[in-house]
Amino acid sequence: MTPKRKKRLIIILSIVFGTSLIVGLVMYSLNQNINLFYSASQIANGEAPVGARIRAGGMVVDGSVKRATDSLRVSFALTDYEHTVNVVFTGILPDLFREGQGIIAQGKMDENGIFQAIEVLAKHDENYMPPEIAETMKAKKEAAQ
Amino acid sequence: MSFKFPQWFYRLASPRWFYEFSSKLLPWFIGAAIILLLTGTVWGLVFAPPDYQQGNSFRIIYVHVPASILAQSCYMLMAVAGAIGLIWKMKMAHIMAQSCAAFGASIAIISLATGAIWGKPTWGAWWVWDARLTSMLVLLFLYVGVIALRGAFENTQSGDKAAAVLSLVGLVNIPIIKYSVEWWNTLHQPATFTVTEKPAMPPEMWIPLLIMVLGFYCFFTVILMQRARLEVLQREMKTSWVQALIKSL
Repeated sequence: MTPKRKKRLIIILSIVFGTSLIVGLVMYSLNQNINLFYSASQIANGEAPVGARIRAGGMVVDGSVKRATDSLRVSFALTDYEHTVNVVFTGILPDLFREGQGIIAQGKMDENGIFQAIEVLAKHDENYMPPEIAETMKAKKEAAQ
Repeated sequence: MSFKFPQWFYRLASPRWFYEFSSKLLPWFIGAAIILLLTGTVWGLVFAPPDYQQGNSFRIIYVHVPASILAQSCYMLMAVAGAIGLIWKMKMAHIMAQSCAAFGASIAIISLATGAIWGKPTWGAWWVWDARLTSMLVLLFLYVGVIALRGAFENTQSGDKAAAVLSLVGLVNIPIIKYSVEWWNTLHQPATFTVTEKPAMPPEMWIPLLIMVLGFYCFFTVILMQRARLEVLQREMKTSWVQALIKSL
């Protein structure tokens, strides 16, 4: 490599590393703002602001979903297996919403410590399964219990 | 430094040599792309089993995942080609980088659009400002920026240089896209395909996906070569070999 090319290589490498460093530091300082949602523990520990619009994420607790008979109102509990947050929502839930499913709810905490959701999104994981396999797995799980 | 690259590396720098070499390779890649994409599409859309939760809407994975992988690979290729062009002043590298930009922008749009179409029934929202989706949108803007910046210069060489620097600056976005689902809480699920681990789905689901990814790469190679060949002819318009080629038509 000629000295001129070497110099250009060094300039290019410093551009790449320089921008990575800057962006890295910015992201590090904005860490909490980039997170899409607060976990149930974060809300329980008071890390999430009360009264402000936030998102809460977690698993829907088995057996906690209660639907009102006369409206679209539904209440359920959200957990990260350490703490639990009670959520109330009025509206249409996504197809993937079910007990044991990870979801993200947007809304705010009211003074009674209940999360008033205005939007519920289902979170999907990276596991895909044909229905037959899912059924055999479920049957096996039930047989083991 | 007395380090020398093998001879073929220097030959790659010659637009004329590339033009002749690529015309021999093209039919193979066209054939492979057609076979792989047809097999993958039919297998993925018709024969692969539906997902136990999402049903048939999961099949969009067979377009979304290859498009997303390719959008990122294409960007890396563009940035590396730009760097080579800057350091060694290689015309061919800039031609390659230019050919990557437009394809990359289109494939990024496909990735975002298919993701949105899948997101509506699955998540319940077309768009969410989570880290993965946002960084992917930034990738699209980078592609558009690189195209616009190159076009803003009348002088081809200055345009090439500016576009290469911008694509190198934007390179930092690639690891952010890749690790966004691990570093932060996102709505988007973690990677479907990783080099180190087995995919979290049975073979009858991931084999057609793998075929589609390979098919997309072949398709990308075909488009890239075609665009680069056209660009070679345009940039080398005044040379004797292009003149002779045009006369022989």
